[in-house]
Amino acid sequence: MGKYKIIDDVAIADVAFEIYGKNVNGLFENAALAIFEQSADIRTIEGKKRESIALESDSLDTLLFDFLSELLYLKDAKQLLGKKSAVSITQSNKKYSLKAEIAGDTIDQRKHTLKSDIKAVTYHMFKVEKTKEGWAAFVVVDI
Amino acid sequence: MAAFDAEEGIISPGGIGFDINCGMRLVTTNLTYREVRPKLKELIDTLFKSVPAGVGCKGFVKVNKKEFTDVMLSGSSWCVEKGYGWKADIERTESYGRIDWADPSKVSEKAVSRGIDQLGTLGSGNHYLEAQVVHAKHIFDPETAKAFGIHTPEQVVIMVHCGSRGFGHQIGTDYLRVFEGVVKKYNIEVRDRELMCAPFRSTEGQDYYGAMACAANMAFANRQVILHRIREAFEKVFKTPAEKLEMNLVYDVAHNIAKVEEHEIDGKKKKVVVHRKGSTRAFPPGHPELCKLYRKAGQPIIIGGSMETGSHLLVGTEQAMRETFGSTAHGSGRTMSRAAAKKQVHGESLQKAMEKRGIYVRAVSMSGLAEEAGMAYKDVDEVIETVHNAGISKKVVKLIPCGNVKG
Repeated sequence: MGKYKIIDDVAIADVAFEIYGKNVNGLFENAALAIFEQSADIRTIEGKKRESIALESDSLDTLLFDFLSELLYLKDAKQLLGKKSAVSITQSNKKYSLKAEIAGDTIDQRKHTLKSDIKAVTYHMFKVEKTKEGWAAFVVVDI
Repeated sequence: MAAFDAEEGIISPGGIGFDINCGMRLVTTNLTYREVRPKLKELIDTLFKSVPAGVGCKGFVKVNKKEFTDVMLSGSSWCVEKGYGWKADIERTESYGRIDWADPSKVSEKAVSRGIDQLGTLGSGNHYLEAQVVHAKHIFDPETAKAFGIHTPEQVVIMVHCGSRGFGHQIGTDYLRVFEGVVKKYNIEVRDRELMCAPFRSTEGQDYYGAMACAANMAFANRQVILHRIREAFEKVFKTPAEKLEMNLVYDVAHNIAKVEEHEIDGKKKKVVVHRKGSTRAFPPGHPELCKLYRKAGQPIIIGGSMETGSHLLVGTEQAMRETFGSTAHGSGRTMSRAAAKKQVHGESLQKAMEKRGIYVRAVSMSGLAEEAGMAYKDVDEVIETVHNAGISKKVVKLIPCGNVKG
């Protein structure tokens, strides 16, 4: 089981990802990686800049939608080009809470090999599910 | 496109798109390709520096929150007041560059902080700034072309494609989440979560409509600032004032927007919420919303093709009013996914091959360039023939690329 793969020809003008994780935290981290690798060649990112994310939601799929949308927000508002993330999700009283640490760089067009400026995470075919091997998600981003 | 009854119908953020008021702008010059060719590289290099593109780019216009609120309310007018444009640009913009139901109180702080530094930026993906040539054989309707400012064979024009940047994207994201609760509240069933909607007259529907207008105005302002930068670049390279170069805006037209318009349905005039997503307004000659300049000719329509093949300028028709709520196509559309395009072509080799064919390209992202290769798109001429033969817009001029700036 890889971390994620790009599913061709689902959304021809956009990019569709199938994302995998042994557990929920891993699923979210791999989903973040899909976003990071769509935005830039992460080998050109040092990872010295840190940002924290704290979110709450009443379902795992809206939590993933909000988490990935937050990464796009940080890209524009804080100029954060992400390299990796550490995610911790807890559940209590039917609420899911997420805490994440994102490591990346301030965007520098001379230093980084940039790819796509992702516009948004879409709800088209959006899915988070438990599988035999662990967890999987389907995410289409608007390019 | 889709239209819903303005009293009992719905509004859908997904039916408008995240890039609210993504649109096209076309600018003339009185230069011919012969005059531009010796300076083409210098021109495109200057434009590449003047109009920031790519992931995380920031614009040169610095505004505070108060000024950004003015942008949300006033769109293109704000730019012209600040010196980023000419008065004549305003009437040559859809809705005169300002949607008057904008309500900044319905916009999140997050959307503001995402977009406040992005005025005058292109973005990436299929967004671009392109120098194009009008060949004599591609002037299909000389009279209308002349009315639009295209009069000389080999004349050079500039086309811009971009939208409301992170600001609009965040508003789309925010309201998609809001509408998730709304569909439950109003008991609306949707087949695709991306197309969640609310009754247009509900509080949530009106809140989104007010926020959407803020993004639309920001996009008009974004393209207006870009036009200002284009004029500056030409002045620098050709050492001539933009006025003398006749750098007039032909038109600025949105292709991701919703508006209440009056249309005739079953013989009766009705107000409807027209959603245009990947669809361009196509108003006919005589339409009261058009400025005097275009009242006789009809509304200019700008349809982008791929960066290798060409784009088109068309004009709106009565038939579009009768059959498609005054709407037509917006672009040639992809035929190949981004991943598939990248498997077939590398950005660097594409750039070299295009240069050999006389199209000089500057791009922030080489993989992004590969994704936009001409072969990944449908044949633009076929798309244009379809809308022309369907009568929902008429061909005026085809425009051939000679230089391109991409994110």
